[in-house]
Amino acid sequence: MTAMPVDISNYIGLSAVIFFIGVAGVLVRRNPLIMLMSIELMFNAANLALIAFSRLWQNNAGHIFAFLVITVAAAEAAIGLAIVVIVFRRAKNVDVDEVAGLRG
Amino acid sequence: MILFWVLAIALVASAVFTVVQKIPVYSVVGLLANFVALAILYLTLNAEFVFVMQIVVYSGAVLVLFLFVIAMLSSGVGPFAEGPNRLPQALGPALGIVAVGCALVVYTLARVPLQAPAPEASAQLGLAGQAGVFGSVADFGAALFSTHLLPFEVTALILMVAVVGVVVLAGDAAPMRSRGSHKRRRPAREREPIAKVRR
Repeated sequence: MTAMPVDISNYIGLSAVIFFIGVAGVLVRRNPLIMLMSIELMFNAANLALIAFSRLWQNNAGHIFAFLVITVAAAEAAIGLAIVVIVFRRAKNVDVDEVAGLRG
Repeated sequence: MILFWVLAIALVASAVFTVVQKIPVYSVVGLLANFVALAILYLTLNAEFVFVMQIVVYSGAVLVLFLFVIAMLSSGVGPFAEGPNRLPQALGPALGIVAVGCALVVYTLARVPLQAPAPEASAQLGLAGQAGVFGSVADFGAALFSTHLLPFEVTALILMVAVVGVVVLAGDAAPMRSRGSHKRRRPAREREPIAKVRR
């Protein structure tokens, strides 16, 4: 690997942009599958920030943390998709505005 | 430098593509492009093992999970329900939050310039795949199994909880749906262990 050609703050800015695209996706979309994908985008943005800071400090801990985040994201996707399947089985509907059974 | 900007544009474009698409399968394709571009970006940051994990876990496992669920939900029952579009009400607050967040990040980056704390550490950077080099798989493994052993084991616990949770949630919903008629379908002796686990 050659010396770092790009400033780390560029990576952090890119990570912020991707994170907020994910936030916008969760807020705007109604399809729970696409909301879950937006959450994955946010996880990835966090990972990018972690790895960029890890590169900045030349410290492996950020990589370990990114590994942990990837695991949590996989678990979250599995459980979230299982919940989507259950909701779909019961309500025949995957619109999050229609699934309001837990609303007080 | 050029690689970074190409990847950055690809990342943002595929992220927007993912969020904007109406059909979930297209979103998955956008997400795939996003994950692959991000993995290459990890490689430019010397994170070799995370690069491999990104390809294997995200592009391999998570996206296949999404595709399976999409295939399952939309086979035979028609496309996803069309409800009232909530884009008009949600767009304003969403754009507001995004603008405020991006402004905060830019402000912070402008105030606190990021500087590498240890200049002598750049000597550690060498060829990829070499042990003793920052970001090499050997160093990652050594750190994972010695210094950071506890997070590694917590990872195992998280995966265990996820597996058990998914089995409990979606594993066998048939007895719940047709209560009372299960005797005809399945002998009670077979069902007993499942019931015990579920309780």
